[in-house]
Amino acid sequence: MRRRVLPGLPLALGITLVYVAIIVVLPLAALVFKAASLGPEDYWRIISSDRAVASYRVTVTCALVATVFNLFFGMALAWVLVRYRFPGRRLVDALVDLPFALPTAVAGIALTTLFATNGWFGGPLSLIGIKVAYTPLGIMVAMSFTSIPFIVRTVQPVLEELDPALEEAGQTLGASDLSIFTTVILPLLTPALLAGVSLSFARSLGEFGAIIFIAGNQPFSTEITALLAFIRLEEYDYPASAAIASVMLLTAFVMLAITNLMQARALRYTARG
Amino acid sequence: MAHHGKGKPPRVGDNKIFRAVLLTIVLLLVGLMIVAPLVVIGVEAFSKGIVYFGQSIADPDTRHAILLTVITALIAVPINTAFGVAAAWAITKHDFWGKRLLTVIIEIPFSVSPIVAGVSYLFVYGLQGLFGHALQAAEIKILFALPGIVLASMFVTAPFVARELIPLMQAQGRDLEEAATSLGASGWRTFFSVTLPNIKWALLYGVVLCNSRVMGEFGAVSVVSGNIRGQTNTLPLHIELLYHDYNAAGSFAAASILAGLAIVTLIAKVALERQGAGRVQRPSALAGADSITPEVKP
Repeated sequence: MRRRVLPGLPLALGITLVYVAIIVVLPLAALVFKAASLGPEDYWRIISSDRAVASYRVTVTCALVATVFNLFFGMALAWVLVRYRFPGRRLVDALVDLPFALPTAVAGIALTTLFATNGWFGGPLSLIGIKVAYTPLGIMVAMSFTSIPFIVRTVQPVLEELDPALEEAGQTLGASDLSIFTTVILPLLTPALLAGVSLSFARSLGEFGAIIFIAGNQPFSTEITALLAFIRLEEYDYPASAAIASVMLLTAFVMLAITNLMQARALRYTARG
Repeated sequence: MAHHGKGKPPRVGDNKIFRAVLLTIVLLLVGLMIVAPLVVIGVEAFSKGIVYFGQSIADPDTRHAILLTVITALIAVPINTAFGVAAAWAITKHDFWGKRLLTVIIEIPFSVSPIVAGVSYLFVYGLQGLFGHALQAAEIKILFALPGIVLASMFVTAPFVARELIPLMQAQGRDLEEAATSLGASGWRTFFSVTLPNIKWALLYGVVLCNSRVMGEFGAVSVVSGNIRGQTNTLPLHIELLYHDYNAAGSFAAASILAGLAIVTLIAKVALERQGAGRVQRPSALAGADSITPEVKP
């Protein structure tokens, strides 16, 4: 039997297409067009300049470190929230989303104040010779702050639905907690972890607001790619800004494909289990 | 479950010492990384006393920034909501060619850096962009003015409402709407009395998150606004400006408003999640058709 066709498609699809075309597609197409109008030689010269390459290195390195930190912290946080009962658990669960709710500029000035050499954390840390604010370490702190929720929120539901019988089977066979964790639980969490990791990494690559306050923004050492694109704009060097932004856009598309793949895998895995 | 009771062995990780150590480390990190930034905002905001805090908030430039942020949200959020509902209706209640591609495109702003978004808008409406000269000739100001700020905000939040509604409406199917129309209800009537009651919490959830992001957006808006004090400075931009003016107390006073908004958002989020919003697992936009239908666990 043919499905009855619901009304409203022309209007709903019309609104959707107009919005998507004007708000999303047009600007991104304009950026690609601007970058493409540079010609291959100029384009390559700009995106492979020493300063740009240094900014990629800073951004990618810091994002990697922040993501690895969040992998462990996020997994431990999800574990604690799902498996343990303690006073204030619900509050902690709600606070996990604070980095998403708090505007990035607010997070940026708060973290900078905490980690500056006269700050609550920066003071004690500087006594043992660790400088966070205005160093790559500061960028890592800002990146991990803004992406904490990703791994927690992808791992949490999987952990909640983990069948206790699987662990019990391991226990009956005399396996230690550690070996049950590594051979039974971890493999089941891996798809969710990978999905969370790719989201967290992608977010860190594009983060701007939280970072620029704490980074110090010195070319070649603490200048992220997003900031370089912004600086080129302020210097009225529009082609350079377009070229660098287009590199970020391409990276975002690659990351979007990877995260979608990971999420699809994680979802299929959950469905099977 | 009765036979489990006492004889049940402790679950993995329930060892007392391990539990205590892990819980301590995690709570300590939550305190240092999530709670401390929130506390420092409050402390710094009142570091020069409550009178200075009041003066900072009442400062005309700060008041203007608050007003501009509210106006931006009042324009961007409703338009975004209408778009999100329309997109979800088209995608979940109908079949058409290119549906998967459309779903992917709607999700794009989520992965694009706000700076890239801002720069892109410059190349549409700026003088070096596609329509810049035409707009200048017509004396229409989009960049460095309210329309630019609104447009950039709409870009970064484009997926917010749609991504809450699509998985939910997909899971709910079309049966109820089909029954309503077969009984003679109009499309609008079907939407308002059949669909809307089923999606209201998820819709509100999306609206709350969208509003929070619009009011707090920094990167994209900072490119298109021009940061003109008392004119095109939204609250997040004003915070930056005060901070770089070495007016930390004033900057944190302004920041405390947005931190307050973040707390209200979190409370609303928890309340709406109790109503069941935000719980449907999101299918991936690029996933195969088999995984487009979200899992409904028995």
